[in-house]
This record gives sequence, C-alpha cells and structure tokens, in this order.
Amino acid sequence: MRMPDPDRDVLSRRGEIIAALRRIVPGEGVIAEEEELRAYECDGLTAYRQLPMIVVLPETTQQISDILKYCHGSGVKIVPRGAGTSLSGGALPLEDGITLGLGKFNRILDIDYDNRCVTAQPGVTNLAITHAVEADGFYYAPDPSSQIACSIGGNVAENSGGVHCLKYGLTANNLLGIEMVLMDGETVRLGGKHLDSGGYDLLGIVTGSEGLLGVITEVTVRMLRKPATARALLIGFPSSESAGDCVAQIIGAGIIPGGMEMMDKPAIHAAEAFVNAGYPLDAEALLIVELDGPEVEVDELIGRVEAIARENQADSVRISTSEAERDNFWAGRKAAFPAVGRISPDYYCMDGTIPRHRLSEVLTRMTELSEHYDLRVANVFHAGDGNLHPLILYDANKPGELEKAEDFGSDILKLCVEVGGVLTGEHGVGVEKRDLMGEMFTEIDLNQQQRVKCAFDPTQQLNPGKVFPILHRCAELGRVHIHSGQTRFPDLPRF
Amino acid sequence: MPEKFDPETTEEVRAIVADALASKTPLEIAGTGSKRAIGRAVDLKYVLSTARLSGVSLYEPDELVLRAGPGTPMNQIQLQLDQHGQMLAFEPPDYGPLLGGAAGEGTIGGIVAGNLGGPRRIKAGAARDHFLGVEAVSGRGEVFKSGGRVVKNVTGYDLCKLMAGSWGTLGVMTQVTVKVLPAPEKTRTVLISCADAGTAIDAMTRALSSPHDVSAAAWMPAPAAARSGISYVAAAHTALAAVRVEGIGSSVDARCDALRDELSEFGEIEELHTHNSLKLWSEIRDVRLLGGGLHAVANSGDDAIWRISVPPAEALGLLGWLHAGLEMDAFLDWGGGLIWARVTGMVDAGSYVIRRAMVSTGGHALLVRARDDQRAVEPVFHPETAGVERLTRNIKEAFDPERILNPGRMFDGI
Ligand SMILES: Cc1cc2nc3c(=O)[nH]c(=O)nc-3n(C[C@H](O)[C@H](O)[C@H](O)COP(=O)(O)OP(=O)(O)OC[C@H]3O[C@@H](n4cnc5c(N)ncnc54)[C@H](O)[C@@H]3O)c2cc1C
Repeated sequence: MRMPDPDRDVLSRRGEIIAALRRIVPGEGVIAEEEELRAYECDGLTAYRQLPMIVVLPETTQQISDILKYCHGSGVKIVPRGAGTSLSGGALPLEDGITLGLGKFNRILDIDYDNRCVTAQPGVTNLAITHAVEADGFYYAPDPSSQIACSIGGNVAENSGGVHCLKYGLTANNLLGIEMVLMDGETVRLGGKHLDSGGYDLLGIVTGSEGLLGVITEVTVRMLRKPATARALLIGFPSSESAGDCVAQIIGAGIIPGGMEMMDKPAIHAAEAFVNAGYPLDAEALLIVELDGPEVEVDELIGRVEAIARENQADSVRISTSEAERDNFWAGRKAAFPAVGRISPDYYCMDGTIPRHRLSEVLTRMTELSEHYDLRVANVFHAGDGNLHPLILYDANKPGELEKAEDFGSDILKLCVEVGGVLTGEHGVGVEKRDLMGEMFTEIDLNQQQRVKCAFDPTQQLNPGKVFPILHRCAELGRVHIHSGQTRFPDLPRF
Repeated sequence: MPEKFDPETTEEVRAIVADALASKTPLEIAGTGSKRAIGRAVDLKYVLSTARLSGVSLYEPDELVLRAGPGTPMNQIQLQLDQHGQMLAFEPPDYGPLLGGAAGEGTIGGIVAGNLGGPRRIKAGAARDHFLGVEAVSGRGEVFKSGGRVVKNVTGYDLCKLMAGSWGTLGVMTQVTVKVLPAPEKTRTVLISCADAGTAIDAMTRALSSPHDVSAAAWMPAPAAARSGISYVAAAHTALAAVRVEGIGSSVDARCDALRDELSEFGEIEELHTHNSLKLWSEIRDVRLLGGGLHAVANSGDDAIWRISVPPAEALGLLGWLHAGLEMDAFLDWGGGLIWARVTGMVDAGSYVIRRAMVSTGGHALLVRARDDQRAVEPVFHPETAGVERLTRNIKEAFDPERILNPGRMFDGI
C-alpha cells in the first residue's frame, strides 16, 4: 500500500513541532517516544502498520483548534483517531503526520429526555451511550459489533452500522448534530437537537467522511425507547439459495426484522466450536431472525416468519422462549470473528454489499475463488441489507499468503461491484479499498468527491492518502473545463 | 416567458448544461415547477425541466429499491408502490395547494431536491435518509454518480446527502434511487383534547418516549382542527393532539389501548380508525390545516407560511414568542419539533421576529410561501453562521463554479 511520500522538511522539524504541541497540550498529552508511539501504529486493519511522527492527546476543543491552526500554518498532516478499531485503515498513521487521538474526550455531556437525544464527546464508546440511558428504558440504535470499544466520533466518521440497521438505520440516520474543527482551526456546529438542515446537508456529508473533512469534537445522537420485547428464530437451511429465498420472502411479506443475519457452513462450524450455541452443524446456511416490538406483534410475526421458513425447506427452526435463549442464538454470530480467529492464524474481513438476489451466485463464485487462491473463506452476512462479511483465512507467517489474501479480497469486492453492489457497506474505504475505488467510480465521480474534500480542507492536510486513489491538488480540481461547441444537438437553440 | 429545455436523456442534459457553462448562461432547474414558489425568486431567461426524464426504470420490491427519472410524477410512483403494499416511508408531502397550485403535480426529483418529508420524519427520516443513489450533471457540465442501489453503502462520500435539500443549485439530477419500505397494514390515531400547547407537547413527549412505536405526533389548535375534513376533528371545537400508531392489526390495537391509558391524564381521548387516520395525516403532511391555498386566503395577501424545525422542547417557548410578536395561526408536527405557521399582515413576512426568537432555540426556519417581493428581500432559507456559510460557498464552488444552476435560489449567489 503506497502512501503519499513523507515530507522531508516536516520530518526534519520534528523537535520543533513537538515543542509547539507541548505548548498547546501541556503534561503527558504529547507522545514522542518510540515505545509509546508503537501503540498507535495500526488500527483494526493490522496488516498495515506505520509509526506516527507524533501522537497528541488533547483534552479540549480549544486545544484541537490550536493544534490544527498550528499544523495548518506549518504544513503538518493530521490523522484523527478514535478507538482505532477501523477495519479499513482509516486511522493508519502517516510517517510525517501527527495522530490526533480523541481518547480523552470521554465524557457524556448531556442526556436530554425531552428532546430524546444524548450529547457526548467523540471518544465516548458507542455502548457507553446506551449504558447512560438504558436504566430509563432507552438505547442508541446503531450497534456495530465493536460497540464496547469503538468511539462515537469514529462511528460518525465511518457512518457505522450494526445488526439492527435494516430497521433502525446507520449512524447517519440517528445523528442530529456535531461540533467539528476544520483544518484551519475554525470550529463549526452542524445540526443540533432539531431535525434536518436549513441549507446544504453538511452534517450528512461529514458522516462517513473518514476523518478527511474535520475533527469531530462533539456528537448529538437520537436515543430510542427500547422495544417492549425481542425474540429470535434460529433457522437452518439445506442451501444458501433457500436461505436467500426465505430472506426475500420475509421482506416481500412486509416484515422488517430488527436483525436478520446469515452464516454459511464454515462460519457455523467455527462459531459452534467456539461457543456451543447449539447451531445445526449439518445446515449449509443458518439464519438468525430477530423480531422486536410489542409482545403481540412479535408473537404474530414469529409465526409468519416460521411459516415462510418452512415453505423454503428449512431443516430446523428454533424459536427463543427466553432472553437467555435469544442471547444464546446470537452468541455464535457475535463471536464469529474471534471464532474464525481460532481456526486460522489470521483472517481478513471483507465488507461488500450486493443486491440480495445475487447471493447464491456470489457465494458460488466465492467458492471458486477460494479454490483458485487455495485459501478458506467463511461468510457472515447482514442478510436483510445484503452486506457480506467474507472472512478470508490465511497465515501471515507463510510467505506470500497475506498478498494472496489481499488479492482474493479484491476479487470478492470487484465481484460485488460487478453484480450491482458496492465495495463497502459499513467499514469504510480507508487505505484498504482506496485503490479499488476506480472499480465503482469514474474519474469524474472521484474528482467530484474530492472537490467536497477541498471545500473543507483545501490544503489536504487531514488524513491524506485515505479514500482517494489519486490525490489531485485542489487548485487543479477547481479549474473549469469547458467543452463548448461540442453539443450533439444542432437543433438546440443556442444561448 | 422563459425559454424551456425538455431534455429526455442524461446526455441531453449534459449538453445543455455544457452549453450554458460555455456561455455563462444561468439556468433555472425545475421538474414540473410545482415548488417553484419556494426559495428566493430566480427569474431567469432559460428553464431546464426534468419533466421528460420520467419513468421508473427499476423497482424490486423484495430488495426495497426503486430507481426513477427525476421527472417521474409522485402519483405514478405511489401507484406502483401501492400495488406491492409498499411506500416511501418519509411520507413525501404535496405542497401544491399550499403554494397556490394544483394537487398531485410534484415529481420525485422535486421531493428529493427539497429533502421534504412528512409526519413520519421523526421515526423514519426525511428524503435524505432514503436516498440511495444519484446520477446528476454538475454545473461543470459533467455527469457524476454517487451511492448505488443497495441500502447499505459507505463507499466514498455520500453526495446524495448534498443533493438532497440543494434545490437544484448543485446539479441536475438525471436519475434517483430510493429505498422503499412495506406500508403498514393498519393505521390508527389516538386523539387527546389538549387545550394548550404545553399540555400537548407533554402528551406527545410521553407518547414518543413510550415503547409503543409511535410514528407521528401532532397538535392542532382549535382553528386548525376546525379546518380538517374529518367531521369528528372539525366538530371537536377544541385543540387536539394526535398520535399515530401503525403496523399489523393486533399490534396496533394493543398499542392504541396502552396509549389511551397512558395519555388519559392529559385530556379526553378519542380514536380514529384507518380511513380517517390516513386522511388526517395527509392533511397534516400537506399543510391543509393552515387555511388552504393562496386562493383561500386571497383576502389576506400578505400571509406567509413558515416551516420551523426546532428541538421539540423549545417549541412551547418559541410559540409564545411568536404569538406575542405576530398575528399568527400555527400547528405542530414532529412531537413539537416542527412548527407550521401562517403569519398575517407583516411587511417582512414575520422574518425578523422569527429569526430573532430562534437565536436562542436553535433550529431553522424556511419561508415556504410569501410574495415575490418579500422573497426578494427576506432570507428564505435560514441564515447560516459564518463558518457554515463559508463551507456552503465552497460546496457551491465545488459543483457549480460559474453559478449557472438555479443561482440565488437558496442564498445570495448560492
Ligand atoms: C471486531 C470488530 C467488529 C466490527 N464490527 C463493525 C460493525 O458491525 N459495523 C461497523 O460499521 N463497523 C464495525 N467495525 C469497524 C469499526 O469498529 C468502526 O468503523 C468504528 O466506527 C470505528 O470507530 P473508532 O473509534 O475505532 O475509529 P478509528 O478506528 O479510530 O477511526 C476510524 C476513522 O475515523 C476517523 N475518526 C475517528 N474519530 C474521529 C473524530 N473524532 N473526528 C474525525 N475523524 C475521526 C479516523 O481518522 C479514521 O479515518 C468493527 C471493527 C472490529 C475491530
């Protein structure tokens, strides 16, 4: 993975930059020792590592503003970092850049029941928001599997989802407002406790912008009342086709489950070996369907889903009758990543989305690719919205295997795009999928996206090297290319 | 009369915009023009209409996705969705009559470009939340796309978010892909007689904080209720809060019963069944309760209509301020988070009082309807803070550097 060439001049000024940062963030907040920097050398995508030039851990928005202003003036790059759980290398450090960690922004600022929202600093974990309001019967809906660790600021930057997002939406649909510091040090507020924006939806464009537009310093999200009850079905199928048909018919019948997850045989076996959830080992595909809401509704829909499952050749149907049993159904799915980690020295998690009706075709071709690369693959799948998480098993200690796994992963993502899907459903582009962006977008598409980057950060000092395969200068992108006289409509009246 | 272009393909749109760019000729971008009265008045010599970029090109009910040309009439989309028991969950409104025009003229492009949504906004989101993919021609004369046809996608910047609510000032959309959802089997409305806004907001807050999955909550003061076409509501002679419950039959029944119990302390309770519920919520959605169209208020030609989004808990205070400073008729949607107001007899359409009061409440106010001369001087869209304004200008520059797409529709030069 090629990153932008480090700026020799900046590297040579390292001592001076450290001193300047220490004037802004006194005490322990500036990290410059190699052993301590090591902790920041990668995020959740551990295959890529780079020691940052310096790490700074500010405590106030004013300090962040001062840091950015200083860096803006002296040409230093910034990589924002939340909890470092990104699976796409979004928080991968730069050799000549400062990693700006938001770990000390860990306070919940306001719980507002009248407006049904919570305001938190960006370093607060996703789960901590739910914890803060659950005693009163509320929760924060988007629930990435990493929710005990990942930060709400990182969630905004990645527009993270979770198993409940088919029904309750991604981060973008649950976010009301942010405070953000721009690269030149200016602080802006987007949104608030009200809905929608009067002008351009800047809040919407910042959501999922992967730390390239500004440093988020405060987040306001909606809280929802916990559904009265939730129950789950665990359904085993003889083929992924029948499982896929079942999913389509559930949705076709007008049912939007709270969660609908699928696992293929290798994933079922890995999970069962790890947690003994009682998954059917002879099933080719396993579906967990969770229904939540008022009790009568859940009971009735459970019946409808069961009927649909049986019509689609389900071999086994179990219905949870207690919270403990429901948790048990989920235990295997939730532990799928570590479970796969146990059967293989390393695994590489992919994140493409496909139109659901292409599922069995994609799985078949994935099996062929698995044979071609001689690497195993296990699939977990947000079935309701077509978001696939193929886990490619490899051994980094075997020469060439990481590269093989990466090539296999690229082929899977290209396949997703080929069938009408996209490169990433929730993990972001980062550095990982950066060079695949051309599979989905034309140069014109990408240039238009980069112009949005330029609107926020014209000097391109925030998290450069991520998302975009080629970094054009903003001045160059700003130029207007007029194709006058090329109209193919001679009968068109001329202006 | 402005000269009109009616392109039928993306390529034709591109060619027209490229020509306009070459000669620096600004274009008005419109669908059927049903919402032309919203925004600052743009009086241009040329109109590019998307009306003929029409038709649903993809609809897969099982995949919850629909793609259409921007000029596709909402009625046509509605019809197709009805056949499969589906809906656009954000409840696209029809402001035709409110703006003095006919009903049923809007296009999907206009709904998306205005990021409009109805009462279900509080539960399901606005147009922006259901906008999966776009193809558009920028003011640079280039065809770009963003997003896709799948509901879960974070690949690259989500330019759909910028296109939604940009009122044709960033690009001419040539294709939009939206998420569709199953329509509820049954709808019911719990009505609570709440004479004052404070009680109503408390009741709505209670309902929206309950586990009963309320999909809309509105309050109609007596004059608004009196304008309803539902005889029970119109004849109630009192202000009413309305709380909507949707879903499968057994669930709706159970939740309505629970809500009746829990809300009875706020006032007398009544209930509307599906037919009347649908009617009431379409009246609220389309803002029929403020006194009909321009014709209906022709004798009060200065009347202006405002759409004010605030934190719900601020609505009571704000209403108090506005009533103190303005002759005004209003009702609340979104559990108090949306104030619809008709302001009478103000030269500035009420702008000064409203904007000033909102400095402390936060939120934004859109002057939805006002005379041309008022719209020419009063800010129609909510004034932005300096930092946000700078970003807005930069975004316009990024998409439309020569200011040829609907220039000035939203803000001066934007
Ligand atoms: C085991 C595991 C399971 C996961 N499951 C899911 C899942 O189910 N769904 C899902 O969507 N994701 C999942 N993820 C991915 C990851 O947890 C999310 O992307 C998460 O939102 C990242 O948050 P973070 O705080 O760790 O951010 P980081 O990794 O620190 O940063 C991610 C990106 O956000 C930027 N950033 C972080 N904070 C800020 C800020 N305050 N201002 C500006 N930019 C900022 C960074 O520059 C970087 O580009 C999973 C990860 C792991 C390891």
